[in-house]
Amino acid sequence: MSSLWPRIEPLLARVEKPARYIGMERGSVRPEHHPGKVAWLLLYPDTYEIGLPNQGLQILYEILNERADAVAERSYAPWSDLEAELRASGVPLFSVDTHRAAGDFDVLAFNLSAELVATNLLNCIDLAGVPVRAERRSPEHPLVLAGGHCTFNPEPFADFVDAFVIGDGEEPVGEITEVIGAWKRGGRASREAVLHDLATIPGVYVPSMYEVSYDGPRIAAVEPRYADVPERVEKRTVADLADWPYPKRQLVPLIEVVHDRLNVEIFRGCTRGCRFCQAGMITRPVRERPIEQVRTMVEDGLRRTGYDEVALTSLSSADFSGIDGLVADLVNEQSGCGNVGLSLPSLRVDAFTVGIASEIQKVKRTGLTFAPEAGTWRLRQVINKMITEEDLYAAVEGAYSQGWRRVKLYFLTGLPTEMDEDTMGIAELAKNVVAVGKKYTKQATCTASVGGFVPKAHTPFQWFGQNGVDEMRRKVSMLRDATRRSGVQLRWHDPEASFAEGIVSRGDRRVGAAIEHVWRNGGTFQEWSERFELSRWLEGMAAAGLDPDWYVTRHRDENEILPWDHVAAGLHRDFLWQDWKQALAEHGLPDCRWTPCYDCGVCTQYAIEHVVASAVAPAGGSQGTGQDLSTGGAVPVSLLPTRVAT
Amino acid sequence: MRGEAGFPVRIRFCKRGPVRFIGHRDVARNFERAFRIEELPLAFTLGFSPRPKVGFGLALSVGHESDAEYLDVELTRDPGSGGPGGLDRFPEAISAALPDGIDVTGATPIVDRALSLQEAVTAVEYRIEVTCVAPDTPGVASASEIVASIEATVASVLSAPSLEITRTRKGREVAEDVRPAIRHMELLEVDAAVASLHLELATQPRNARPGDVVAALNAVAGPTGLVFAEWRVLRTHQWIERVGARLEPLEADPRAPVRKAWAS
Ligand code: SF4
Repeated sequence: MSSLWPRIEPLLARVEKPARYIGMERGSVRPEHHPGKVAWLLLYPDTYEIGLPNQGLQILYEILNERADAVAERSYAPWSDLEAELRASGVPLFSVDTHRAAGDFDVLAFNLSAELVATNLLNCIDLAGVPVRAERRSPEHPLVLAGGHCTFNPEPFADFVDAFVIGDGEEPVGEITEVIGAWKRGGRASREAVLHDLATIPGVYVPSMYEVSYDGPRIAAVEPRYADVPERVEKRTVADLADWPYPKRQLVPLIEVVHDRLNVEIFRGCTRGCRFCQAGMITRPVRERPIEQVRTMVEDGLRRTGYDEVALTSLSSADFSGIDGLVADLVNEQSGCGNVGLSLPSLRVDAFTVGIASEIQKVKRTGLTFAPEAGTWRLRQVINKMITEEDLYAAVEGAYSQGWRRVKLYFLTGLPTEMDEDTMGIAELAKNVVAVGKKYTKQATCTASVGGFVPKAHTPFQWFGQNGVDEMRRKVSMLRDATRRSGVQLRWHDPEASFAEGIVSRGDRRVGAAIEHVWRNGGTFQEWSERFELSRWLEGMAAAGLDPDWYVTRHRDENEILPWDHVAAGLHRDFLWQDWKQALAEHGLPDCRWTPCYDCGVCTQYAIEHVVASAVAPAGGSQGTGQDLSTGGAVPVSLLPTRVAT
Repeated sequence: MRGEAGFPVRIRFCKRGPVRFIGHRDVARNFERAFRIEELPLAFTLGFSPRPKVGFGLALSVGHESDAEYLDVELTRDPGSGGPGGLDRFPEAISAALPDGIDVTGATPIVDRALSLQEAVTAVEYRIEVTCVAPDTPGVASASEIVASIEATVASVLSAPSLEITRTRKGREVAEDVRPAIRHMELLEVDAAVASLHLELATQPRNARPGDVVAALNAVAGPTGLVFAEWRVLRTHQWIERVGARLEPLEADPRAPVRKAWAS
């Protein structure tokens, strides 16, 4: 099949950032297509700069291209300027690797990592020349697949996606390739047949194989249409990360992108048990990468990419067994070509963390970020983010006393049981943090970022009615008043965007019609504040005959069938309900890595277990481990050049 | 003797094909990564965030190609020649670590504290392709008529004492006389409705870009009915002119061979 490059090239001269569309990254491949191979186009439905670094997509790109029976290329959502040029000149969406038409691939596989990319998903399918609604497609059209965190509630996307991969994609992509390969060899007969076969692969959810019936606005039942299609689709989980040292050849983009550095995943999963956190709930259990493999991946990666920064990624990087030693080694053994920067995203709030941070940022100490998430201890117990004020102030004191000037705090508002005193607690904490900082430097500042809480599927808060737009606005304006002229810089997420996220986050199949309406009315790139308009979403819901408040702000009860109940993250529904009740009773729950298993369901049902090198909780890791940090006794002295006062 | 004296090297490279769509700063970042991949002994700036000491010449616009781009990079020691990390190996080794289409085509040691490329380069040559639609010409103009019209337009530009065009500098539209910067212009060939021109433009005291020349052509093209639009641009040479000599930047600031006495 020929490359579309000669037709694309003249259009690029007329668009912003044409390099988004040229590919050619170090690590990329120009695979040879062959009728006997299954051709995958991996798409990230946002801009190149946001999508390129996505590790999930890069991992699958390598795994598929290593197979003899598959090829994989990549594509990203074209910005509106190129979209207009493509539509005007009749050029379809294309891959960036060989500029092949998207419609010539066997599979269009999307990564869905945020709710509001839903309309871009439709736009990409349409630009590929494929009908946006799955039911309209015929056998010659590519199969549309999707994976990523958002697929743990796949229902709002069910009208547009042929099959979803739930959980870790490393293993199922091979099994899917085999099924599609057999279908191709058989002459691509009926679409129904291949979808039926796909539905029998563990972890693959094919929405058209399920009949949903309603009882008024509520779901009455979700039933498989065939006996061999599972009633519940269980997520896939890679048991041991050591078997998957990917990406081996991380892509190095020619232009600047987000997270523009070497990224090495040090563990997957998190059992801290923060009740608002979907990522933590759906990725259990914890699977650490062997420390030797981490070292090798860092060394090889730096040598191969030429990057001068590496991030050790996970949901809570300070929890990695032996993180202190690893950090010290990486900081000290510098390559021959200048300094290599190290970053640890998602750090805990405690003095141990400050110790690690001071090891990393030996010279330049600009900003340090902590996420206490809620303003009072009471509310932090509700959400199971067990950080005492002493923890926070000790950490902050440590930071300012060791030369940091800017502390950034992350909070959520609109959490279950939140009262005005909890909201105001955010302002209190932030102001106290500034006061601590002023003891050390006049320039001390504190930024408080406040996000609106959107309840997610497969979390204990999945039954909670989200705060409406007015309520969130009221809380934000209260915080603005309370932080005026206080040295606290307040940032907040648009409550209207949180509301639209809420529609998709816990929506059912009927919400698909609203998404399609938003897309048909020009609502693409809804993750971008300058492009987002809530009115489009409300119109879309009205056009579909749906009440947005029923989806967003309504509390659910225990017996209601939730739209995602036939998709399983391994967590017992009883456990989640129990944990929800515990939350309302303001009881925390410890981390099961170092305390007895409370049988949430994941390990017991899937016969897998934590892969954690250390049998004891990391020093200083008080969060949920029951350790008391305020005394400072558990802080490894070696990592704290200056004593942390309490 | 400066024990810490750096060892500056000047590198020539080309930028051809799709990679022409990346910007000047992106080229710089790709070189920095390539230098680290090849483990060049880079010299760093002092301060909180040390950067390798790399200096680039005149920016090339996004979308333009070039056979004559240059950068100066300071190393901490003499890479020598003939060895594994030697200067003669630079083109092959560094090109391998760079994106397709950016290739190192020469490297030479230069004197410490040579003028920066930005200051030293005085003239740049281009081969540009422009489309020249003639929207108001009724009927079909013959090929020779079009060639004659283009040649007439080029001649009017060259014979004009001054040519004011509007261009944006620092986000503001300003009227500017581009004529002094146009040193040479010649029609090379016309293929269909695309004309190839050879240009030599001065970079000092004020530089002009190929787009400014296209604007100048349009400013005088009135009578011919032609409308010119930039299509492809290839930068072919950069020149450093000093006391009557015209030098390729790789030849302009040669470093004297290291004296034996220093080497021991
Ligand atoms: S099954 Fe037990 S050990 Fe495994 S994640 Fe759940 S609570 Fe933790």
